[in-house]
Amino acid sequence: MDIHEYQAKQLLSEYGVKIAAGGLAYSPEDAVQRAREIGGHVWAVKAQIHSGARGKAGGIRLCKSHDEVEDAANDLLGKRLVTHQTGPVGKQCLRLYVEAGTSIVKELYFGLLIDRAHERIVMVGSTQGGMDIEELAESNPDALKKIHIEPAVGLQDFQAREMAFAMGLHVDQIAQAVKLIQGCYRAMRDLDANMIEINPLVVNNHDELVALDAKMAFDDNALFRRQKISELRDKTQEDPREMAAADRGLSYVGLDGDIGCMINGAGLAMATMDMIKLAGGEPANFLDVGGGASPERTEKAFRMVLQDKNVKAMLVNIFAGINRCDWIAEGVVQAVRKIDMKVPLIVRLSGTHVEEGRKIIADSGLPIIMAETLAEAAEKAVEARNQLVAAEA
Amino acid sequence: MAIFIDKDTRIIVQGYTGKIGSFHAQEMIAYGSNVVGGITPGKGGQKHLERPVFNTVKEAVEQVGAEASIVFVPPAYAADSILEAADAGIKYCVSITDGIPTQDMMKIKNFLRRFPKDERMVLTGPNCAGTISPGKSMLGIMPGHIYMPGNVGIVGRSGTLGYEAADQMKRLGIGVSTSVGIGGDPINGSSHRDIFERFEQDPETKVVMMIGEIGGSQEVEAGLFAKEHMSKPVVAYIAGLTAPKGRRMGHAGAIISSVGESAAEKVDILTALGVTIAPTPSAMGETVAKILARL
Repeated sequence: MDIHEYQAKQLLSEYGVKIAAGGLAYSPEDAVQRAREIGGHVWAVKAQIHSGARGKAGGIRLCKSHDEVEDAANDLLGKRLVTHQTGPVGKQCLRLYVEAGTSIVKELYFGLLIDRAHERIVMVGSTQGGMDIEELAESNPDALKKIHIEPAVGLQDFQAREMAFAMGLHVDQIAQAVKLIQGCYRAMRDLDANMIEINPLVVNNHDELVALDAKMAFDDNALFRRQKISELRDKTQEDPREMAAADRGLSYVGLDGDIGCMINGAGLAMATMDMIKLAGGEPANFLDVGGGASPERTEKAFRMVLQDKNVKAMLVNIFAGINRCDWIAEGVVQAVRKIDMKVPLIVRLSGTHVEEGRKIIADSGLPIIMAETLAEAAEKAVEARNQLVAAEA
Repeated sequence: MAIFIDKDTRIIVQGYTGKIGSFHAQEMIAYGSNVVGGITPGKGGQKHLERPVFNTVKEAVEQVGAEASIVFVPPAYAADSILEAADAGIKYCVSITDGIPTQDMMKIKNFLRRFPKDERMVLTGPNCAGTISPGKSMLGIMPGHIYMPGNVGIVGRSGTLGYEAADQMKRLGIGVSTSVGIGGDPINGSSHRDIFERFEQDPETKVVMMIGEIGGSQEVEAGLFAKEHMSKPVVAYIAGLTAPKGRRMGHAGAIISSVGESAAEKVDILTALGVTIAPTPSAMGETVAKILARL
């Protein structure tokens, strides 16, 4: 789960990370009021969307008067911002964070993340802040300092110092840096974060280390024990279809193609999508209905897939293990009878009680196209899709 | 004896009296697995499915010689159950539970490293379908009947895609020595490489089939190991050719977040390392058949 910059900053400031004075605004009037409260002569008006690279997308405005703050807020609120992380649809900005301008002497990069291969938290730092870290990792990997943290003893001060020196900090700034790094590590552990990124971390003209931007992501599997974090969820920033699916206990990812899929198991779902692609089609979605594909669940999944108006054919691929093909076939037949399907449906069943399952579908009299193998199912789905598209044209 | 389990392996079920634990314990018993009891704290001394229930794993080890365990405990308590199994001297543990926090897995892996390698419990999963040595023992939730005994070792992240592979093989008359699910989480008990090591040493396994997917670097690490240390041929299929970068495809670990984690890149690297690639998911069985024909 992702959260906004202002939320990450609030959390991290509780762990001793220094941030500039700032406040949240939902309207241009709010924004001006926040600027007044903060005082000074320069403010940053920052679009709060769940994405990095907001600056490049025009989501961060430096303002030198209250009028400019108002104009920036007027322009940003309600706007959809498109970055390389949001996809072409972009994300809508409904909240602004107004922050006091910070004088920047130096821009650094600092982050913590979980290194899957090492099964440890790794901290990453660089003297080159403000840049996209993935670009930096590719173009100049030597400019990145990585230090792995031993989970049994946790982050040690000597490691934090090593990182601070690697980030090119001055001797007088080291103690501050160690405090910041230790604070971030504690936040990572205490809050079950997967990632903390401060980019840029700046040195201001008072020799202070300030988090100019902050990003945090959390482990969805740990939200059950992080009530405070769960409450930070902003549903406006997530794909409404994926949210609706998650609420129904389904795992759905919307894609750009037009062959809808319903499959049990994440691996088999990915493999079926691959098969569609190899047969010359494009999947409209990833959808794992999970193990116990009951009739109710099957119907929900059908509705989920068909909600996408691009869908020109639907492919169901179920490998029945503990649950049986005949039960699943019943569920499919019931769902099709309840939903007025306008696109061809291809069903492939395999596993326990497969013959009984096929018979139920054949006897239903519904126009369901049956397939035996994975390859046949994908080919038939692409063929049916092409026929429908040709007929529509 | 295939790997990890055979017909004599003494198995306990953690989360034994719960609905899911009971159901799968019955399935395992029906398959012929040597289930010697189960754990449900507070229900020690009772009988369930005609077998004793214990309060602690330690009691099960002492009283019925438990060697292997399977965990059906909900995610919030699963890490604790796995640690208990390791501490009690269980040799092999399968965690079926899906949804264990990543930092709990870090803790578990760290705890396991404290034991010398020959005394260390092997964990596979979490978020997997378990392990089966067809005709001998089933320590999992898979449909046992789709596996035929034989000489192909299967290791995979996904449950149903593993079933698909076993089913394709069975149709071609190809059997399985052991099939191990390592699960779809970002940090798991054992990696593809760890299982490769076992298959290389197992006299019953002649060919290894790896079913990988997008995310992480485990498939590539296994490929490197195969190139340097394995005499047995390896076949691989990598799922997720159509998966876009940065989107999680169901499994917590199935996400392309950096270079080398996409299916296409993994296929290229594995090919260069001498692994035979099943070009499509429907060609897993026939690709294995071709390799077997050459032996």
